[in-house]
Amino acid sequence: MASIAKRKRYNMRISGLGGQGVVTTAHILGSCMDNAGKYASLVPFFGSEKRMAPVEAYVRASSEPIYEVGEVVYPDIIMIYHSQVVTHGKSYTMPFYTGLKKDSLVIINTSVNVLEEEDIQVLTKLNAKVVQFDATELALKIAGTELATNMAMMGMVLGLTQLVTEDNIEKAVRERFLGTSFVTSGGTASLDSAIEKKFKKKEELLAKNMEVINKTFELADSIDLTSDDLVIDLAV
Amino acid sequence: MSLNKTYKDMDYLLNEAPREQHFITGAQAMAEAVKRASVDMAIAYPITPQSEVMHLVGDIYAQGHIKEYYRAEEELGTMSAIAGAARAGVRVFTATSGPGLLRGLEAIVSWPGHRVPCVLGVLTRVINAPLSIQPDNIEMAYLMHSGIVMLHAENQQDTFDFTLAAFAITEKVDVYIPVSVATEGFFVTHAKGYVDMMSEELAFTEPDPYHAPVPVMDNEVPPARIQRDAPVQKSNFMSYLIHSVWQQEVWDSNRRAMKYIYQYLGGPVEVLNPGADVMLVASGCAAAQAREAHRYAQEEGLSVGFVKVRSIRPWPTDEIRDALKDAKTVIVPEHNIIGWLCKEVKASIPNSGIVVEGPRVYGGMTLPVELIMTEIYDALGMESEILQA
Repeated sequence: MASIAKRKRYNMRISGLGGQGVVTTAHILGSCMDNAGKYASLVPFFGSEKRMAPVEAYVRASSEPIYEVGEVVYPDIIMIYHSQVVTHGKSYTMPFYTGLKKDSLVIINTSVNVLEEEDIQVLTKLNAKVVQFDATELALKIAGTELATNMAMMGMVLGLTQLVTEDNIEKAVRERFLGTSFVTSGGTASLDSAIEKKFKKKEELLAKNMEVINKTFELADSIDLTSDDLVIDLAV
Repeated sequence: MSLNKTYKDMDYLLNEAPREQHFITGAQAMAEAVKRASVDMAIAYPITPQSEVMHLVGDIYAQGHIKEYYRAEEELGTMSAIAGAARAGVRVFTATSGPGLLRGLEAIVSWPGHRVPCVLGVLTRVINAPLSIQPDNIEMAYLMHSGIVMLHAENQQDTFDFTLAAFAITEKVDVYIPVSVATEGFFVTHAKGYVDMMSEELAFTEPDPYHAPVPVMDNEVPPARIQRDAPVQKSNFMSYLIHSVWQQEVWDSNRRAMKYIYQYLGGPVEVLNPGADVMLVASGCAAAQAREAHRYAQEEGLSVGFVKVRSIRPWPTDEIRDALKDAKTVIVPEHNIIGWLCKEVKASIPNSGIVVEGPRVYGGMTLPVELIMTEIYDALGMESEILQA
């Protein structure tokens, strides 16, 4: 059973590139916590977001109400959606582990090891755990689209922290893609054919996204975070 | 348009009316308060991050909750028009941010002396170079010596409650000066939080122009406080006399607002864990960060207390002095470089040497709770985790 030391509060920084669904993930994470009867607050980076430009979002997730606001400057979870965040410095926070607290978790979407010797020194000193896996490849393999990369990343962090159940996640993903008005079963009958068609397409999208998340939960379960290794490379 | 409103006094609205929880932004919270305040007229000039508030106020005008609404030419015009409308006896609202506040300041600082009742929303934003839209709150320092009442909201709930209360306080016959409600841009205005609100069918009793210390202006009655007796046309000594009378009256009015801050908002300060060795004193968004630090400190069993300052003007000297009387160290986190709150705190206690000047963040940056914790550990002589830069 993989689970990083249980905390009341996780402060997360999500770094990626425009178009990867960084901000969407933050919103869905927030809804997951809400569905689980817990608390979350999220902050997107207010700047000039565009495709392939750096994007950051911040999520605080807690079992208690959250007072503080603003960007997470000292995270205990960092999620990196694109290897270029590390290798090209495409990030508002350079280097990527800036502000990372002790005994924390880094999840990187990459097909190759992106850590330099210097990074390894700093992260070892912080007693961090780095999980590297190819979330994009996983998304392509299961959902047939790299647009599900964010689902793989979100599945991994929720699988490792066990903050919420898969039911909480499914409800949140459903809300995001179908909207709450589509959830009520009685309402679907009255929809006209055009919306029905769209709805069907979205149902498929939802199912694929959930498949990706379920797979990452399995992967997360296979990880032993109590091991002494700094870096854990997962094959997808 | 008939909206079926039931008019109630502010005591009922704030302290008795049943409320329902909503998850809304700070901008929405301010507009929702305006919706329940029976506002006659709102005047807008957009500036980020205030635009959201006045846009939403425009929406509620379209829905019929406000009688008149227009977009002015710029802030000096806005603030001058607000004075004109208020003198004509109507209830008015406007809001601005950082540079907009400074642009309107010439008119704003004349409001209290002219006995202009109105509510001004201040959604903080950087004013100093380099240009930025982020929520530094240094602009509030410029408002502190204007005579205007200043409330500083910690979150979306405060923004709603303070704005609603402001409409009652500004029209009290023994106050009758403007009331500003400030909160941090983006952190509060553009972020959602839980807000308990009463039904929108409830509204604040409409203004009573006969219950005012100065007569309402119309075509026959000139403004009570200007041209007819313009000091500039008198001898210098007459001018000095009038000036002293007006301004002493302004600051007395400002102090008299305090009893209404107790009545409607539970007082100018909130104190948690009084008597602790380390006291955190903060207002606005910094109070949210300090509240979080206070919780962490409680979890770690540290002797730490928290004072949230709701009212910047009138300044609660006695309340602050009392809350800090047993403190060994006072920490004042702020969202500006000059530390205007810190200066006020230091001036309120006999042993100002115990006040740590900070932590402060600039340019509207987040105020990390970790920085406050580091100051707490330092004050208690404890080792703290070295934070990487």
